[in-house]
Amino acid sequence: MVPFIIAESHEIMNADQDQIISQVTQTEYKYGFVTDVESDALPKGLNEDIVRQISEIKGEPDWMLEFRLKAYRYWTTMKLPEWAHLKLPVIDYQDIIYYSAPRSRQPLGSLDEVDPELIETFNKLGIPLDEQKQLAGVAVDAVMDSISVKTTFRDALAGQGIIFCSFSEAVREHPDLVKKYMGSVVPYRDNFFASLNSAVFSDGSFVFIPKGVRCPMELSTYFRINAANTGQFERTLIIAEEGAYVSYLEGCTAPKRDKNQLHAAIVEIIAHTDAEVKYSTVQNWYPGDREGKGGIYNFVTKRGICMGDRSKISWTQVETGSAITWKYPSCILRGDHSVGEFYSVAVTNNHQQADTGTKMIHLGKNTRSIIVSKGISAGLSNNSYRGLVRVSKNADHARNFSQCDSLLLGDRCGAHTFPYIEVDNQSAVVEHEATTSKIGEDQIFYCNQRGIDTETAVGLIVNGYAREVLNKLPMEFAVEAQKLLQITLEGSVG
Amino acid sequence: MNVLLDKKILDSQLTDWYFTNRDQLMAASNSVFNSFRPEAMECFRKMGIPDKSNENYKYTDVREVFLTPFNRYIEPRKILFSVEDLFRCDIPELDTELVLLVNGWFYENRPRLEVLPNGIIIGSMAEAARQYPHILEAHYSRYADFRKDALVALNTGFAQDGTFIYIPKGVGQDRTIQVVNILLSPEDLFVQHRNLVVIEDNAMARVVVCDHSLSAHHFLTNSVTEIFVGQNARLDYTKLQNEHNSSNQLSSSFVHQEKDSHAIFNTITLHGGMIRNNVYTRLNGPGAENHTLGLFLADRNQHVDSYTYVDHAAPGCTSRQNFKGILDEKATGAFTGRILVRPDAQKTLAYQANNNILLTSEARMNTKPQLEIYADDVKCSHGATVGQLDENAMFYLQTRGIAKREARLLLMGAFGHEILKQVPVEPLRDRLNDLVDKRLKGELSRCNSCPLQCQETC
Repeated sequence: MVPFIIAESHEIMNADQDQIISQVTQTEYKYGFVTDVESDALPKGLNEDIVRQISEIKGEPDWMLEFRLKAYRYWTTMKLPEWAHLKLPVIDYQDIIYYSAPRSRQPLGSLDEVDPELIETFNKLGIPLDEQKQLAGVAVDAVMDSISVKTTFRDALAGQGIIFCSFSEAVREHPDLVKKYMGSVVPYRDNFFASLNSAVFSDGSFVFIPKGVRCPMELSTYFRINAANTGQFERTLIIAEEGAYVSYLEGCTAPKRDKNQLHAAIVEIIAHTDAEVKYSTVQNWYPGDREGKGGIYNFVTKRGICMGDRSKISWTQVETGSAITWKYPSCILRGDHSVGEFYSVAVTNNHQQADTGTKMIHLGKNTRSIIVSKGISAGLSNNSYRGLVRVSKNADHARNFSQCDSLLLGDRCGAHTFPYIEVDNQSAVVEHEATTSKIGEDQIFYCNQRGIDTETAVGLIVNGYAREVLNKLPMEFAVEAQKLLQITLEGSVG
Repeated sequence: MNVLLDKKILDSQLTDWYFTNRDQLMAASNSVFNSFRPEAMECFRKMGIPDKSNENYKYTDVREVFLTPFNRYIEPRKILFSVEDLFRCDIPELDTELVLLVNGWFYENRPRLEVLPNGIIIGSMAEAARQYPHILEAHYSRYADFRKDALVALNTGFAQDGTFIYIPKGVGQDRTIQVVNILLSPEDLFVQHRNLVVIEDNAMARVVVCDHSLSAHHFLTNSVTEIFVGQNARLDYTKLQNEHNSSNQLSSSFVHQEKDSHAIFNTITLHGGMIRNNVYTRLNGPGAENHTLGLFLADRNQHVDSYTYVDHAAPGCTSRQNFKGILDEKATGAFTGRILVRPDAQKTLAYQANNNILLTSEARMNTKPQLEIYADDVKCSHGATVGQLDENAMFYLQTRGIAKREARLLLMGAFGHEILKQVPVEPLRDRLNDLVDKRLKGELSRCNSCPLQCQETC
């Protein structure tokens, strides 16, 4: 009789779980609204004229136009890479609007001049644009479609010599810096999407922290795609001079639309001697509906270089959105004793696909890197970790540790791990570990036994599983990330 | 541009060779072989010899080994000297059923195809195709998919002979079957042998395959081995590669396992030039268990690339992979391992480890352990390390009065013996331990009785 009872209770548990899963999958994407603002857009399609027009609208100098054209011409010779473990749909690059901007009459002087609809949008998203009212002590650059809407706290930061502005402004006001660093980490020939971005990028953020300055607040960019049929191509450039420190946050959302939209961004980070840059992302682009219709294609090139000795770059990402994610935030460890870190939680549900990971290129001596990747897949999704650790000939005593865990919630999803390890130096120590499993029935049973219901138990376990990474996020983001995890996954047990 | 041109020329040379010799090939072989040739060559023509742009060959440019102008024969050449005089296996305690392949052709030291008293059939592939076409039809080219790999396609296009082993239902073979592949030729030679091992339900086989080169010419071997392990059957397969440094080997093995079967596939690479070992395993029935192991020791300019693919196609299967490498001097190594767990292959246990030691700063190791998982109730893990001998352990041994060189040997030995201890045939295990120790000491590790000093000549 005893086994009979156990079997029965399992059945009840399974029924419970099914119900919870269906609840979860019914959780709707809550940032899916559309803002009704007038926008100026270029016609669909991509050719040299469009590239010239984008440059002209932005009032860019000739060298910038040259850069764009070089990139465009190179892009036309390139083919879409096929190595990722993704089912990539055919993207018609002539069916995309490459430039769209919320309409405004003149350059914005203060918040009062920003379209109230826009302020409302960012309020809905919980992004404090109003400097008086904001609580968190975070300076924000809000980017909607192709242009930067508003950057807060600029004056306070400028007092310390910190430059935090939109990329277009940086091109106008700090051309020397942009000229010197743009494309130095991600050259325009780097890959298909980087070339595309280099040709048509619209706006983004620019951060410059001068020598010895520790940025007093978190800097944050909030990206929002609003207009239909547009692609978003932003570009972020962060430069930390000798001994500087900055923590930078990035968030993103998009409205619900049936048609897929393309997002191809570039982030470049340069850390000089003794500098430290911490880059955190909570990526929550619209992932498409339960049938896999719509959603953002997120093809992003993010790379940082530790130029100087003892510099450090740390990437933390929580990836919950996007129909397809193709993203490998990387570190080039050039300076001796430099450190690269990568912490990632990637969650996929329904029909989402993610192929994400990192590259750690050890060039300097005594360089260290750590990779912690936690993948969670549910529904019919596929979630892959792909990472490269390369130790070059001169990187004596390089050290890497990688830990890649995958959690499967459901029997129709996939979790994959594709690490690449290339060691060209005898003194290197490189370790890689990966595990794949589902939430143990014994773990759930233990919680149930202690009076914790299955849904809460799964929440606890998933949270504990991701904790190592969430802990690396700045406070404000950690809260948001935790909520996001709950929305995407709460209670779903395989 | 030149590289691209070279590639095309190489590919077309091989296809041309096929077309000029097609009639002779077809006439000399059985229809089982012939029926696959045209499609296989068409696949080869489309894919071409893999280069580094092929993700599965990312760390090995196979084209390089094809650049030497090799002689290729579509019928065996008379060997002018007696193989028996040259070759004596030096595992004296090992009582084996010996099959010799010379340059990929069955060597008639025994009947071309022999049926042992217990029903086991051992002999030449070509002969087996003539006498037992139904066995070949059921298994030949069923497991080695030439549509996915150009090297398999090339082999299928040219396959004529090799080793054939058939163990009927319920038969256990006590004597180890030993296959010795000998390369012995007065000129540079390209060899493609094709082997088939069929173990029917509830049967068992122990197979030891030794690769030797007995003359100091350039060799290139592109071999394919298909192994069928029936329900509740058992296979112990040990492959020992001990060729000289201008002998390049591309070997693809396909292990197909049915319900509740058990297989150990062990590859020990002591010596050779550029070596690429592909081991594909398909666990096709529930409860199957597979152990794929490998150890390689590489020095000089050697390159050893191990590729494994374990396909969990049925639930409740277990697989363990353990690959180790020691790289000295300018040697380079690569490992690619993939575990695929198909949807519904629940209760899978899969484990994969790849550990490597670099002894010099010129040595280089690339490793790519991969998991591809589509079922949720599974336990899969993999780990990879690249490092050097543990300094603390070295120090400990030295404080105990063990000289540095000895300490190094001890530690390397311990590292390698983890794989060797899993070789099930005891006399062979002892011999392998001995060979590996000698190899680590830097002594010539050709088999003792070999009169040829081939390793010194190259």
